[in-house]
Amino acid sequence: MTTNGWLQILIYFAALLLMTRPLGGFLYRVFEGQKTLLSPILAPVERSIYRLTGVDAQREQGWLGYTAAMLLFNLLGFLFLYTLLRLQGVLPLNPQGLPGVAPHLAFNTAVSFVTNTNWQSYGGESTLSYLSQMLGLTTQNFVSAATGIAVALALVRGFVRRKTGNLGNFWVDLTRATLYVLLPLALLSALALVALGVPQNFAHYTEATTLEGTTQLIAQGPVASQVAIKQLGSNGGGFFNVNSAHPFENPNALSNFLESLYLILLAAALTNTFGRMVKDERQGWALFGAMSILLAAGIGLSYWAESQGNPAVAAMGVDGPNLEGKETRFGISQSVIWSSATTAASNGSVNAMHDSYTPIGGLVAMVNMQLGEAIFGGVGAGLYGMLVYAILAVFIAGLMVGRTPEYLGKKIEAREVKLTMLAVLCLPLVLLGFSAYASVSPTMLKGLANTGPHGFSEILYAFSSAAGNNGSAFAGLTANAPLWNTFLGITMLVGRFAMIVPLLAVAGSLAAKPAVAPSAGTFPTNNGLFVGLLIGVLLIVGGLTYFPALALGPIVEQLSLLAGQSY
Amino acid sequence: MREHLRPALSLLVLFSLLCGIAYPLAVTGLAQLIFPRQAAGSLASKDGQVIGSWLVGQNFSQPGYFHGRPSAAGANGNDASASSGSNLGPTSKALQERIATTLTTLKAENPNAAIPADLVYASGSGLDPQISPAAARFQIPRVAAARGVSAEALERLINEHSQPRLLGVLGEPVVNLLALNYALDAQSPLPSAPTTALSEGSR
Repeated sequence: MTTNGWLQILIYFAALLLMTRPLGGFLYRVFEGQKTLLSPILAPVERSIYRLTGVDAQREQGWLGYTAAMLLFNLLGFLFLYTLLRLQGVLPLNPQGLPGVAPHLAFNTAVSFVTNTNWQSYGGESTLSYLSQMLGLTTQNFVSAATGIAVALALVRGFVRRKTGNLGNFWVDLTRATLYVLLPLALLSALALVALGVPQNFAHYTEATTLEGTTQLIAQGPVASQVAIKQLGSNGGGFFNVNSAHPFENPNALSNFLESLYLILLAAALTNTFGRMVKDERQGWALFGAMSILLAAGIGLSYWAESQGNPAVAAMGVDGPNLEGKETRFGISQSVIWSSATTAASNGSVNAMHDSYTPIGGLVAMVNMQLGEAIFGGVGAGLYGMLVYAILAVFIAGLMVGRTPEYLGKKIEAREVKLTMLAVLCLPLVLLGFSAYASVSPTMLKGLANTGPHGFSEILYAFSSAAGNNGSAFAGLTANAPLWNTFLGITMLVGRFAMIVPLLAVAGSLAAKPAVAPSAGTFPTNNGLFVGLLIGVLLIVGGLTYFPALALGPIVEQLSLLAGQSY
Repeated sequence: MREHLRPALSLLVLFSLLCGIAYPLAVTGLAQLIFPRQAAGSLASKDGQVIGSWLVGQNFSQPGYFHGRPSAAGANGNDASASSGSNLGPTSKALQERIATTLTTLKAENPNAAIPADLVYASGSGLDPQISPAAARFQIPRVAAARGVSAEALERLINEHSQPRLLGVLGEPVVNLLALNYALDAQSPLPSAPTTALSEGSR
């Protein structure tokens, strides 16, 4: 660990803090339908979109209508993407002549991108045509992020509104998130990345004759446009197999710094948007605080672990940090900032190979995902993920003092708590259930690259990633096989929609309630005490569920590493 | 459900056109207009022929060149159409065996110096274009012997091609191998033509 390394971590948080409020304010104005800088250009476009698509922007939807619209849009998106992948062999923009994608892989990939997971069972440059990458994946990168934002907005409206059935209009939220937020941000970010060296072209792969006289085939393509949105939309699906470790996706330390900010930017800003919507920005800062503390703890622990290096290699006479799977230009500090942020923020892009991290470094990444998209989390998904724990935190605080819990002026009663718990419990059910099955299924075990406890970690990581809609992997795992693709696909669907649907029901139920005026007995939720309680509940409810499984994977692995055992 | 069908379908089509076609095309157009060199992949040429990309690692295995990090991309390493890390975990026997083999080679080349970690650990992409300045200095004795140049000249060359941390803070100091070896060829050509002295056994 070096002073410079800690300084880089500090700069990262400072930049994040600096951008949260301005961007949060912009998002607030966009979703309240107020004028923004972009309105003169985009407001006419927005109106024509509604005219073309038959959307009545003034008409609001109840929770059932909102949910139905969201589900239908996602279902159609899935069907379209699945078909596109199957047929890519006969479609244009396929200069390498890649064939259509197999059914189980197409199912997995379509689910993966519709659920904002971007788990990649495929290798980008060797499996997907330019058309599939653009029309299929890039489109879902935008709209799945926009869907997340819409759901978060609906849930917050449930707290803000009184005695109404209406949560907003899904089509309007979706359109505004895409048009005013994601497209302009992506365009600017993509150009910044090109300036730093990320390619953007439709050329054939380039054949080069190296200095030593051998041939090197250099894969390229429309990289920058996809990298920008995969980071901003917390998607994470890279253009290349190794994602942002590839020098074309992430050529230098500055591109790395920008990309690692992009991946968390909107999630952070949405906490401020939330604060503004509930008319108390400190409520937003409380969530931001809890998220930041957990993220910082993860980065710190990971930084320490990777800097310690691998004792087995030190025994051979090589001192220094664990650089296996890490790029020279990023070093340890920029690698662990990324690996912690990307797993916390449900992004899933990587700039180093998590499979080769030390056991503790890998553990941090897994815990981040198992806490369920709550530490900043995916775009929108992080906000509603953290609100789940906020509801549980006030409920537990209420139990302790024997009062009906309230949050943001709404009574939290049996129906809300039951629905919230349903959302919380679905995650471990699929995550641990499928992990258990995979560890005894001979067919699935064939996919492992490592043996011993690290092999089990590969399984646990995969299902944690799918359930948390993260998408990163212990990439040694060969998950492109029918059983793996199918089970991971199901896990992604449950992780996304078994969370969203109960939460929209909570929103509907909250919106119908009257507001209660704060009294002396109200537990304040905008101060440090609440932040502490929130972190405690998150770690106890979210974390303890997985402790036994973690003990079998990274913890045993750490112990055997110290004991000098190898597999 | 039926009331939602038209907006769902038409918005999907519209956003596919807008985000899936218009957006990447707009980025491509603007990128090629403003940053044509980067948009095309920062290609490096010599005598009109593409010799690689400045950003992408390539294989260097001859003793007269500075070598890169172990690479798991493709069968022979540094395959720029099959990026990959080793994905070996820290307790993996395969990792420890690979490192032991690498160490034998490195110790034979320069028995007295401490071994820089980046020369034994494989990179994440398998296409790491850079090594640390220490890893470049470690290779001076081998390169000097193969080229018949002085260690001081190589030291100077490495210093010239060392890039500091970005803005003094971000990332790590690095040396770009293609740039370094390119300059090396220009300054003191290999005794034999590089194309005839192919691969001296790779590691």
